[in-house]
Amino acid sequence: MNTINWRLIYTHTVLIIGVIFMSLPVWVAFATSTHDAETILRNGLQFWPGTHFFETYREVLFVEGGVMKSVLGTTMLKNSLILGIGFAVGKVIISMLAAYAIVYFRFRLAAPLFWIIFMTLLLPLEVRIIPSYEVMAGLNLLDTHTGLIVPLIASATGTFFFRQFFMSVPDELLEAARLDGATPWRFFVDILIPLSKTMIAAILIIMFVVGWNQYLWPLIMTTKEENYTLVIGIKQIYQVLAEGGELPQYQKAFALTILATLPPVLVVLVFQNWFVKGLVESEK
Amino acid sequence: MAGVELTGVRKVYPNGAEAVRGVDMKIEHGEFIVFVGPSGCGKSTLLRMVAGLEGITDGEISIDGRVINDVSPADRDVAMVFQNYALYPHMTVRGNMSYGLKNRGIGKAEINSKVEEAAKMLRIADFLDRRPQQLSGGQRQRVAMGRAIVREPKVFLFDEPLSNLDAKLRVQMRIEIKRLQRRMDVTSIYVTHDQTEAMTLADRLAVINDGRIEQMGAPLELYNNPSTLFVASFIGSPQINLVPARFDGKKLISGDLALSGFKDLPEDVDLVLGMRPDDLIQSDNGKLSMRVDLVEQHGADNLIYGALLGAEADEGDETEICIKVDQQVLPAIESTLKLDVDLSRALVFRKDSGQRVL
Amino acid sequence: MKRVQFEHSPIPYLFIAPQIIIIVVFFLWPAAQAIYQSFLLEDAFGLSSQFVWFKNYSDTVFSTSWLQAAGFTVVFSTLVTLLSLAIALLLAVKANEVIHGARTYKTTLMWAYAIAPPVAGLMGNLMFHPLIGDLYKLMNAIGWDFNHKLDAFDASFVVILISVWKQVSVNFIFFLSGLQGIPHSVVEAATMDCKNATRRFWTITFPLLAPTTFFLMVINITYAFFETFGIIDTTTRGAPGGATNTLVYKVFQDGFRGADLGGSSAQSVVLMLIVLALTVVQFRFIERKVHY
Repeated sequence: MNTINWRLIYTHTVLIIGVIFMSLPVWVAFATSTHDAETILRNGLQFWPGTHFFETYREVLFVEGGVMKSVLGTTMLKNSLILGIGFAVGKVIISMLAAYAIVYFRFRLAAPLFWIIFMTLLLPLEVRIIPSYEVMAGLNLLDTHTGLIVPLIASATGTFFFRQFFMSVPDELLEAARLDGATPWRFFVDILIPLSKTMIAAILIIMFVVGWNQYLWPLIMTTKEENYTLVIGIKQIYQVLAEGGELPQYQKAFALTILATLPPVLVVLVFQNWFVKGLVESEK
Repeated sequence: MAGVELTGVRKVYPNGAEAVRGVDMKIEHGEFIVFVGPSGCGKSTLLRMVAGLEGITDGEISIDGRVINDVSPADRDVAMVFQNYALYPHMTVRGNMSYGLKNRGIGKAEINSKVEEAAKMLRIADFLDRRPQQLSGGQRQRVAMGRAIVREPKVFLFDEPLSNLDAKLRVQMRIEIKRLQRRMDVTSIYVTHDQTEAMTLADRLAVINDGRIEQMGAPLELYNNPSTLFVASFIGSPQINLVPARFDGKKLISGDLALSGFKDLPEDVDLVLGMRPDDLIQSDNGKLSMRVDLVEQHGADNLIYGALLGAEADEGDETEICIKVDQQVLPAIESTLKLDVDLSRALVFRKDSGQRVL
Repeated sequence: MKRVQFEHSPIPYLFIAPQIIIIVVFFLWPAAQAIYQSFLLEDAFGLSSQFVWFKNYSDTVFSTSWLQAAGFTVVFSTLVTLLSLAIALLLAVKANEVIHGARTYKTTLMWAYAIAPPVAGLMGNLMFHPLIGDLYKLMNAIGWDFNHKLDAFDASFVVILISVWKQVSVNFIFFLSGLQGIPHSVVEAATMDCKNATRRFWTITFPLLAPTTFFLMVINITYAFFETFGIIDTTTRGAPGGATNTLVYKVFQDGFRGADLGGSSAQSVVLMLIVLALTVVQFRFIERKVHY
């Protein structure tokens, strides 16, 4: 066909504009982070990478006082990883156990307990923020990994997700297993968990991203710099920049944003299919 | 007068797969044409090219004398009934049937009268204000037809519309479709893999194999005079009996069997002898004999399955055949039946090309 | 519920216990505290407290700063929801149409989901920075006297833009999935019934996307209420003068910075009620669904 397909050109144009709109900020952040502070102050944000990539990132990651007052970038990275992985794994374990109990057992407190779990949907963190802080302080759990992770993992979303999945597993499977003499524990371990592998993977990926990106809770739970996650470090950088003082280190600010973004983005990109599947299934 | 003409039509997919390999046909106005063939033979692709849902790689398709290769589906004046009905779930039956007309700028009053007339014809007038989810399969099928009828198109296209219905409903709907088409006198192209549907519905039938038309003609013509082995095996239920054989100049030899009455057949070439189950007659003086393995009682007739004794086998040990007999004939399993064959109706094909030689 | 279930086993209690315990300690108890504290008035040192019934509520809810935050929250949520849904829908429809490069487009449009709101906030902040921000310069270049530190409209603009940007990815994923859930044959039938592609979209595709759209509206409103905390905290922090305060941000400010426990708790309880209303809407209307 020799006629120009205008419709196709229009479609691709719209998509390309969309891609630029969504990606440009991050690209600029990266490019700017590879220049030095003076260049940035003089010429503003950069669109092309500069020559200071190693210097900037080395300072942010490995030098004490490089970006924060004392904590290293690598320490914050470690804290973020612990939070992300701990949160994801904790959530999967707790939700699967609870969902299994609710779906496969007939027991007296099933209904009220289910509603208690449901209630967590009505109580997002923002709504109970101050008393939660007081509880944690009272239990001496401030500035600990446990305190950071445990309260977050009990929200209902994971449980609902696994509940829905378990409900879709054919009844015949349980009937066959019982005829084979399986106890509830064996059924769970030998049959249900292997069946759930893809779902578990999907949820782990999503929850890793959610955990890594936590802001409000770590903000109030961590008081010492060495416990900061990368995302909290962002907040501190913001303070530092806002206060002015010496030469503002924009390139380090951007470098920190890149570091804070990289792992979850990589996870989302590499496991894209699982991630999308999990997201779409979990919100139904 | 809306005829459909296909000339040299080809379809090649971007990955190189050739679904339609050069099809030519001329359909007269008001004809009911059926495309039949096994899965993946290209019959649906061909239909969809007429509809405009697939692009045409080569060749021309014209409707009513107008070449429609580059015309959009909505402008071709064709209407299609899909295999899974494709009704708009968010609209009522009335909405589904009016949609096409509304988009063509037809006035509300006229739309209503057309919809009601079609609904009466299809006996769905009571459902006009219901949604598709509230209807049964057969009812949805009729709504899908109603949607097509109301458009008063030049050509009706049917893409295996009955395959999702249960057996009894299928027979009922088959009859309705034929009656409707007769009454409306609209050129129709119908795709199916079911040879019974093909035989009963078609004015003319095109057997399609691997993107090509093997044979096209009236159903009885294809049944009595198949031009290839493929057509002979595809048309006719139960399937035609096939026996490998060779001609030695005087007789047709298969294993220990030697049949006379054949002449002018190619020698030194593998042949296949085809005999339909109703052309094999049980006779005490018969020259052929079969060992009975299974007897199926179908009511008026019985089908007897077994091995043709002495015949050369294709792969494996025995040549399986089937004969059709009257309901009274009930031989015992493992017994031997003597058969006669009506040679005037026997068909012989070359094994290599499938072409018929007798 | 399952037709077949285990009975007479201690296992369910054991399995459900961890979650229940955590919920009670970290969800229910603090929530109860919040409710309790909302009825108290504490002195500056936290030494004594006085039961004041609904005084905190009336003080808060009818205060100008709360009403301002409530007003902004409503406007903010509406704009963020509508804009990010519209942009995402457009992109999803287009992405669904192309064959070449579909996967690349999909990947590059969805990955922004992985960015934390505060990170997006900081990036946006720097891009609007008077000293180095290109967007700031762009605004001035087109004649807009841009000052998001002083001007309420400009500040709102920044916060809304960043919030929309971040949310497009999520909406895009769901819309794309919704579009792919429409049976292909229905789309083909529409092609044969209607020549105009735009008309086809509004009469067939969009109605069939209604479940997804309603669902996303609830998700987006929730996002605008709660998750935008991180964005506001790294950009305007509610300035100027509380103009970009959302109700959630105000709870945080009054409670942690203002040390007004009673007032902050009252606000928390009001928020709880709003969440309850949203959840009811979600489960009643979405689950009942425009069911196809």
